[in-house]
Amino acid sequence: MENVKIMIVGVGGQGTLLASRILGNAILSCNFDVKVSEVHGMSQRGGSVVTYVKYGQKVYSPIIDKGEADIILAFEQLEALRALPYLRIGGKMIANTQKINPMPVITGAAEYPEAILETIGASVDLTALDALSIAKAAGNAKAVNVVLVGVMAKNTDIPYETWVQAVRECVPAKFLEANLRAFDAGYHYGARA
Amino acid sequence: MSKKLMLGNAAVARGAYEAGVRVVSSYPGTPSTEITESIVQYPEVNVEWAPNEKVAAEVAIGAAIGGGRAMTCCKHVGLNVMADPFFTASYTGVNAGLVIAVADDPGMHSSQNEQDSRHYAKAAKLPMLEPSDSSECLNFTKLAFELSEQFDTPFMLRLSTRISHSQNPVELSDRQETPIKPYEKNIAKYVMMPANAIGKHVVVEKRHRDLVAYAETSPLNEIEDNGSRIGVIVSGTTHLYAHEALGNSVNYLKLGMVYPLPEQKIRDFAASVDTLWVIEELDPFIEEHCNNLGITVKGKEFFTLLGEYTPAMIRTAVLGAPNPEYVAPVGAIPNRPPVMCAGCPHRGTFYVLKKLGLTVSGDIGCYTLGAVAPLASVDTTICMGASVSAAFGMAKVRGEQFNKKLVSVIGDSTFIHSGITGLIDIVYNKGANTVIILDNSITGMTGHQQNPAMGKTIRGEDTRAVDLIALCHAVGVDRVRVADPFDLRGFEAAVREEIAADEPSVIIAQRPCALLKYVKYTGHCEIGDKCKRCKLCMKLGCPAISVGKDGSVKIDPTQCNGCGLCLGVCPFDAIEKKEGN
Repeated sequence: MENVKIMIVGVGGQGTLLASRILGNAILSCNFDVKVSEVHGMSQRGGSVVTYVKYGQKVYSPIIDKGEADIILAFEQLEALRALPYLRIGGKMIANTQKINPMPVITGAAEYPEAILETIGASVDLTALDALSIAKAAGNAKAVNVVLVGVMAKNTDIPYETWVQAVRECVPAKFLEANLRAFDAGYHYGARA
Repeated sequence: MSKKLMLGNAAVARGAYEAGVRVVSSYPGTPSTEITESIVQYPEVNVEWAPNEKVAAEVAIGAAIGGGRAMTCCKHVGLNVMADPFFTASYTGVNAGLVIAVADDPGMHSSQNEQDSRHYAKAAKLPMLEPSDSSECLNFTKLAFELSEQFDTPFMLRLSTRISHSQNPVELSDRQETPIKPYEKNIAKYVMMPANAIGKHVVVEKRHRDLVAYAETSPLNEIEDNGSRIGVIVSGTTHLYAHEALGNSVNYLKLGMVYPLPEQKIRDFAASVDTLWVIEELDPFIEEHCNNLGITVKGKEFFTLLGEYTPAMIRTAVLGAPNPEYVAPVGAIPNRPPVMCAGCPHRGTFYVLKKLGLTVSGDIGCYTLGAVAPLASVDTTICMGASVSAAFGMAKVRGEQFNKKLVSVIGDSTFIHSGITGLIDIVYNKGANTVIILDNSITGMTGHQQNPAMGKTIRGEDTRAVDLIALCHAVGVDRVRVADPFDLRGFEAAVREEIAADEPSVIIAQRPCALLKYVKYTGHCEIGDKCKRCKLCMKLGCPAISVGKDGSVKIDPTQCNGCGLCLGVCPFDAIEKKEGN
């Protein structure tokens, strides 16, 4: 099989690292080779955060080039737009509808682009959702990341039970129940709507 | 044996653990920090954060001479700080194995320069291994300890951001306990005064030739023959990127040992192909070696000296093949630079410094972000500690009046790292600078490491804390005061008084990092009816406060942590603190 290439993008502090950890663990338990690449440090201070996840029989490069990603999981609209060139033709964009103004927008040096989701949806396969509301309904507003992982999980060949096990391994026991509900709600997003 | 997903850095730690390492001493620095943090999980190892990289290296050198395997880890610029012991440890050699792990940062994700550490290996005549994934991180580290003892030299391990911060599966083994080696007094080996060092230099050159011989036959330097007439020499990240881009359409020479480089092996590989490429990030280190051997290669003529490489770049350069098509969004996409967090104590400090129009000599840490708009307060940032000493130099040239509008800002950890020596210089040489120590009770930028001013060790144990006030008094600064940067009026008054003084002064700006678990701000702030849209609060550069299209000012309750700093800025008392979210 060709390697599967997934990008997780968002804003520092949104919990993208937990999402990539769950994904990495799910992949590993399927006995695939896997590389998860993230950048720590400056990027975490509210800057753009990008994580690359690749898996298959043998993975060399940990990074993803433009036009290569099968799935992009975007935690924020502007970051979805920024990552769009990395999606392969025919790939899938999953975007949280949340907007977070970057500093150049806050200071008035730049404008937050209009109608981002319409722009993206016009050119690629897009699932856009308000993951925050779903996370709140599941009982933990901070489980936005796990809701989004759930939506992504549905678009992979990895079985549901494997994902649930990975969530169990990565989320502290105290928050597990709400996160499992959040994952399930994400996994079935669209199907119940 | 079990398989685990591990960061390259965690795999280096695991390799050291399995090799029986006894002492690890480091100073934090992205992208190397997690190596030392990962050691904490192994109770058998004596692990510490040292005040700086020079001290860390010396502790590790001493441990190795004392007979226990030791390691020190740093980022590329940290290697500059440890350069002094580093060069001479090459002469003394070791007793038990010593590994120096250094992580470069091509692309400067979190660094002030893009230096290539391989030059250090060459300059100090120290062997250097370069792993290309987590599995090699583990195995190369273990091997480095063996080779260190075999060749009686510290061994370097070169990492880069992508290797350090990529996770892939690794096979774990048990720890091999290595007995502490006997320590025998050996003045000729360990006392590097001229008479002994002259003799040791001869040993270093002999060892270098032995290491070249090892490089010729070592399995670390691996040829993959795919029957092509194109040859590619790679190491570390470029091994991965080239395989991704070129597959088995070329022959590879993968160099797992990047110093010293083999000679005959490269000659033979070159002779086996028609075209030879050298693909390496940053400087033409391998390329120049090939040139010195009289071998023509394609290298930096086709590849940039700047930043990180990608498989796409390699595909284009070597094969002239097209890269995948993609959808390019139209219109400008605003950047999202890192910012100080909501509730960051530094925001109060820089708001005041900007308001007073001071020249600010900056340093390395989260507070370097004080150079970013709208605070845009910091004038210079060079390296750890330079805020203090460079401000003294500026004052020498520009005089007393300029010095009354000049401050240095330096974090608590950074001050101990190398700011204190600059302060001693100011006192000793009759300066009158004002230094603001940003004491946020943690080493922030690298992700919350303990430091000597905190009273906690790397394992979270209580220890004696450095008393910053007493320390400043002890070096001869009489004017030392503590101020809260969130008390904007009080802090401004303190700064005004200290810069006016005709003697050295220190302000300790004390307020903990907002991300520390024990820091509990509650509720959130709201803009009320009294708002006159003057936008003074926008000067704080708080990520929670923004101006709408209609000119109204809003506070995003999901971003606001209720720190309340903005309340003190508003001249109309229009901002209110609300409990709950």
